[in-house]
This record gives sequence, C-alpha cells and structure tokens, in this order.
Amino acid sequence: MRSRALVAGCVLLGGVVAIALVSALWTPYDPGDTSGGRLEPPGPEHWLGTDRLGRDLLTQLMIGARVALSIGAGAVALGGALGLLAGLAAGFAVRWLDDVMAVALDVLIAFPTLLLAMLVIAARRGSLLSAVTAIGLAMTAVVARPARQQVKRVLAQDYVTAARTSGTSWPGIVAGHVLPNIWPALAVNLALQLGRAVLAEAGLSYLGLGPPPPNASWGHMLREAQTTVLVAPGDVVAPGLLLVLLVIGANLVADGVREVADPLLRGRW
Amino acid sequence: MRLLEAENLTVRTADGRELLQDVSFRLARGDRLGLIGESGAGKSLTVLAVVGLLPAGMAASGRVLLDGEPILGAPERVLNTVRGRGIAVVFQDPLAALDPLMRVGAQVAEPLRRHRGLRGAAARRAVLEALAEVRLSDPDRIARSYPHEISGGQRQRVAMAMALACEPAFLIADEPTAALDGTVQAEMLALLDRLVTARGMGLLFVGHDLAVVARISHRILVLEGGRAVEEGEVGDVLRAPSHPHTRDLVSAARRLHGALERMLP
Amino acid sequence: MLSEVSFEVTAGRGLALVGESGAGKTTLVRLMLGLLRPRTGQVLLDGLPLRGRMRALRHAVQPVFQDPYSSLDPRRRVDRIVGEPLRSLGIARGATATAMVEEALRTVGLPPDAARRYPHEFSGGQRQRIAIARAIAASPRVLLADEPVSALDTATRLRLLDLLADLRESRRLTVVLVSHDLAVVAALCEETVVLDRGRVVERGSTAEVLGSPRHPCTRRLVAAVPRLPGAANRPQTRSDL
Repeated sequence: MRSRALVAGCVLLGGVVAIALVSALWTPYDPGDTSGGRLEPPGPEHWLGTDRLGRDLLTQLMIGARVALSIGAGAVALGGALGLLAGLAAGFAVRWLDDVMAVALDVLIAFPTLLLAMLVIAARRGSLLSAVTAIGLAMTAVVARPARQQVKRVLAQDYVTAARTSGTSWPGIVAGHVLPNIWPALAVNLALQLGRAVLAEAGLSYLGLGPPPPNASWGHMLREAQTTVLVAPGDVVAPGLLLVLLVIGANLVADGVREVADPLLRGRW
Repeated sequence: MRLLEAENLTVRTADGRELLQDVSFRLARGDRLGLIGESGAGKSLTVLAVVGLLPAGMAASGRVLLDGEPILGAPERVLNTVRGRGIAVVFQDPLAALDPLMRVGAQVAEPLRRHRGLRGAAARRAVLEALAEVRLSDPDRIARSYPHEISGGQRQRVAMAMALACEPAFLIADEPTAALDGTVQAEMLALLDRLVTARGMGLLFVGHDLAVVARISHRILVLEGGRAVEEGEVGDVLRAPSHPHTRDLVSAARRLHGALERMLP
Repeated sequence: MLSEVSFEVTAGRGLALVGESGAGKTTLVRLMLGLLRPRTGQVLLDGLPLRGRMRALRHAVQPVFQDPYSSLDPRRRVDRIVGEPLRSLGIARGATATAMVEEALRTVGLPPDAARRYPHEFSGGQRQRIAIARAIAASPRVLLADEPVSALDTATRLRLLDLLADLRESRRLTVVLVSHDLAVVAALCEETVVLDRGRVVERGSTAEVLGSPRHPCTRRLVAAVPRLPGAANRPQTRSDL
C-alpha cells in the first residue's frame, strides 16, 4: 500500500497547508504594514526582505499560501461536487438526455478555464468567493466528463444488477457500489484539479482579477515583482517556487492515489 | 517455411518463478496440434512465448525454431517478418485484437500493405477477398464497419481474415471460439478446418474444452501447471490417457458430456 | 426483442432456456428478474402479475450471472457481498445476518475465512461459488442462472454443476438455466424451452427436445455440439457441422 509519490506529495502539500494554517494565527508582520524599507534584502528584521511597498515578503507569502489553498480547496469542493452530481445524472439519464449532456460537457471543456472564470468575475466583482465560484464552475465539466464514464462503467457491471435483484434501492446502489468504485479515479482527478485550480487563481490574480487586498496572492505578488525583478529577484522566485511546489505536490498526490488504488483494480487479473 | 519447433521452452517471472517448464513440440505444415489444459496451465504463455509477445517482467528461455532458425530472442525486425508471413495468431477476444477507432477494412488492409506491399485498389480488392474467404456475408458492409458495429462471431472472422491475410505458414489459434455461442462456434471451427486444409497450414490450437480441441486437432499436448505431461494422437489419448492429469481431463469431459451424449441420437 | 413468449416454471424442477445468440435469452432473463417491463403480456409469480410485487419477486427469485469477475463488487468483502440481499430485503442484520452468510458460504463449499477476504483473492470457480452463496443467502425458491459455468474450465464446470444439482435437491430450489451449452443443459434440467429470434419454437422434456429435435433451430443447436470421439456413439463426420 506504500507509495513514494503519495508520501512526497503529502509532504509538499502538507508543508504548504502548515504555512497556511500558521498564517491564520501568526504572521511576522501585519499584511498591510508598510513600515519596512522598500525592497530590502533578507535580513534579521525581514527574513525574506520586503517588497516595493515595504511590506514583509514572508508575511505576504504565508497569506498567499492561505489564499491559494482556500481558493483551490473551495474550487475543488464546488467543482468536484457539481461535477460528480452532473456525472451521476448523466450516467443515470435516458439515452437522449445523456447525449445532450455529453455534448454540453465537451463544449464546456473546450472553453478555456481562465476565460470562463474571467466571465464569472466580470459579472460578480473580484472577491475570494467569486474566485472560488469562477474556478469551481470552470472545473465542473472537467470533473463531470470522466465521472460520467466511470458511473456508466460501474452501472454496466453485473454486481449492480445483482444489487438491484438483492432489493438494494438506487440511492443504496449509488452510495454502496457506484461511489466506492469510482472514488479512486475521482480522487486522482480531484488532486490534479487542485493543482490546476491553484494555478488558475494565480493566473487570475496576475491579471488583476483575483481577490482584493488584504488577501495577498502569489499571482499578484508575481505581477508586482516583475517590474523590480532585476533589483530583487527573490520577490519573483519565492512565490513562483511555492506555486510550483504546491502544484507538484498535488500531482504527486494524484499519482500516489492512483498507485495505491490500483492493486485492487488489478485484482481482476 | 515448413517446420515450427519449440525446445525446452521455459518462462520465468522477474522473481524467478517458473510459469512454464521445458515445454517442447514440433509442428510441420499440415500438422494440427491441440494444446489443452485448465486455466493457469500455461497454454496462453506458450503461445505468447512462441511469438515473442510475453508481457513485461517475464522472460523466455529454451529455443523456438522456424525451419531451424531460432526466433526466440530474435530482434524485433526479424520477428515482424515472422509474425504475419511465418506465424499468425488469432486470440480469444477479437475485440482486444481490433482497433476500436479504425474501420474493419482498414485494419485488414494493414497487414496486406505491410507484408505484401498492396496499395489502393489492389489492397481494397484483397481486403474484400480476405473477408469473403472467412465466409463473411456482405464483405463490403463489414469492411466499412467499426468493430463494435458487428457481432462477436463476425469480429472473430475478421481477426481470422487479418491473420490469414499474409498467407502464413503456421496459424496459432488461442481459444478462438471460447467466447462464442454453440452454433457460431461450430461454424467457426468448420471454417478453420477448411482454411487450414485448403492452405496446408500448420495449426496450433489452444483450448480448455477437450471436445473442441479434439474436433480440430490430430495430436494433442496436455499441459498441467506449466509442464507438458502427455502428447499423442487425439484418438489414442482419448481412448487410453496415460498421465493421471490427462485421465482426469478426459473423464471430466466425458462426465460433462455424459448426460447429453445419452440423449442425443 | 421478444414476442409472444410464454412458459411456466414449476417448483423444484430444472428448466433450461436455450437458443442462439440474439434469440432473446438475455431479455427474457431481465424480464423474469423484474429489471425490464414487458410491452404487453406479463410475468406471473405464483399465478399473480409481478406489478407492485417486486419485494415478493426478490425474495423468491435470485440470479447467478455468467461473468464471475463482473458480478462481485471488487471493493466489498465477501461477507458484505453475500449479505447484501439479507440487508436490502430486511431479512436479517447483525449477528443473525453473519450466521446466515457463514451458512451460505459453507453450503457452497467455501472456507469460513472466505468471508473476510476480497473477490480478487479468489479464482473464477470460487467467485462463482460466492455469487451462488449470495443468491441462496436469502433462501429464494428460484435460482435464475444465466450461463453460470460458461466462463469456467471443464473440471470447475463439473464441480459447480454438482453444486447446483445438490442445491436443487437439498433446498428444493427451482433452477432456471439459460445456456448455449447443451451439455450443461442436459446435466441440470429436465425441461427445455428453445428460443429463436424472440419466439418459443420448441419445448418439452430435455431428453425429447434434444434427442429428437423437430424445429430447424433446435437441430442446428444439436448439430453444433462438439462431440467427444470414442464415446461409444456414432463417429463424427464433416456433415455434423
């Protein structure tokens, strides 16, 4: 059951989660505190230095981790729930409705995530919630399409027929047979989507469409720091590095879940 | 190509377990050898080892010779000419052997193009001929269909047409009728019988149903737990099986067919 | 798919439904399991229409399917698989259910520790025993077996046929067998119904139907049987096929 990818992914993801949790209780400075000098190099006062407004970089990074994770997790929760529901609905739907849904999902997937999110935000103004809504909605189709296939695969198995002839109700079959059998694939997909959601949030913030201050965001930090990249390269490297580590962590968790779930599936042969 | 031989064919897993031990047989053109055993006896492994298609993590040793030329462990380039013109295989599950996204005609054309260099109209004609030869009615329609649009029996005929397209000297049929219903199975066996005779091919027929294997083969080789335990003429083996496992197989088959045999005219 | 099919099943007997692929066997099985509703006509249980009596049907009729891999949920332990009808039909739970599951596993010849294991730890034949244990756990009167041994090799096939024959005797189970394998039909069923393109074309005692087939479809099925040479019968000739 051991998977090195899962362990490594959990360590990376766990590290970012720990930073985010600490930031809720304590940060070295107030995020709005501009009392430090501008673009100071790392030192005893400011461990990672300050940005061009004189704010503490470590503080910004920590809050950025919290924002990235909450938007990522929120979006995955929303997109995962809606996607799973849509997948289940399509999996159970009569032929024509399923066909309609399949086409609709394909169209939605073809639509760029960022563009869809920008539309939602344009309609709603930037806030933490609209970022979650925007990214979550854009994710729905990406979760729903494979979920639909998985649901159909499970429903075609004889054990579902046997459950029906055993008198198990449809809700009972969904909870007892369909969900347990699609969860490995679903979990892998959701872990991948967490990485994508975090990237989408960074992208939105970079474009200035992310949550407004005092919510620091890595994407926003990257945008701010690009003008001063020659003077203070650390301001670009730090948020970029965290972003990459978080996305790699999510992908490793996805791989790990696949590895751990596979031996059972391989049991067929 | 006149002679296919396996000498002390052995298959080991990466951790050294022997799944197949010292299996030997000789198959000349015109011969028909039935390979029989229960599931897990090593029938399919033998086939995969002979044609060099063992799954990753398994290694074959011993010798497989085609007209005296070793083909076990030969480079892929050599094997590619061997598969097709030398030895063709039909597997149990035709759906797994066919590309779901390619029309049947295009798939049958593939080996024709590769091994016989046929193109365009000539290839198209050869495809229809090949489909007609395996007694598919309406070859035109079949050629334009995707694998999922035709029945299991038709798919198995298509797989057979692909295997025969390059006029191989030897045909290996790995449980080709196990997934088919009674009458379809009988038609398939009759077709195999006719084609093998007409072309003078050597046939290695793998199965677990003694009645089916006996129907098509001249000699049978009995496998148990990865070892060959008995080989002989079909009639002799059925009448007087010498190895205990063969005796079990024969008596099980006789018991299974007993009730029916008493009823049939 | 099916038209004007009618036949009855009598308690404690074995009835076989045979036919070529596409004859409508699968549709018929689904009708008898209440998974499909007939456009016209009806399926009767104890002389009464099925409509609104699904629970009674589930108590009375349990299926065994062909594919021993697809018919067991890979993520459930054997005790939950076998116990599913007991829970879902509200027959038993807790310790009573556990005892009944153990009893069912014993009946089909599986060791007691099988209950705690997962389907992938078993061979095809053992899996089919688990499926039979699930089918008999709730003590149904009818076992609807759809090609129950087609995926198994000869020796395993025989052992499972013995088991099914035993169950029929010891539990007075009615066995409805769907099969294209006439050897299995002859071994297990006294009566046979032959289906061809959705219609019943011949019916009667198995010995009579197979021994002196009248309909061309039945003749085709009988002629297609692979015969073992040297079984003290006529020698096989090409014209058999």
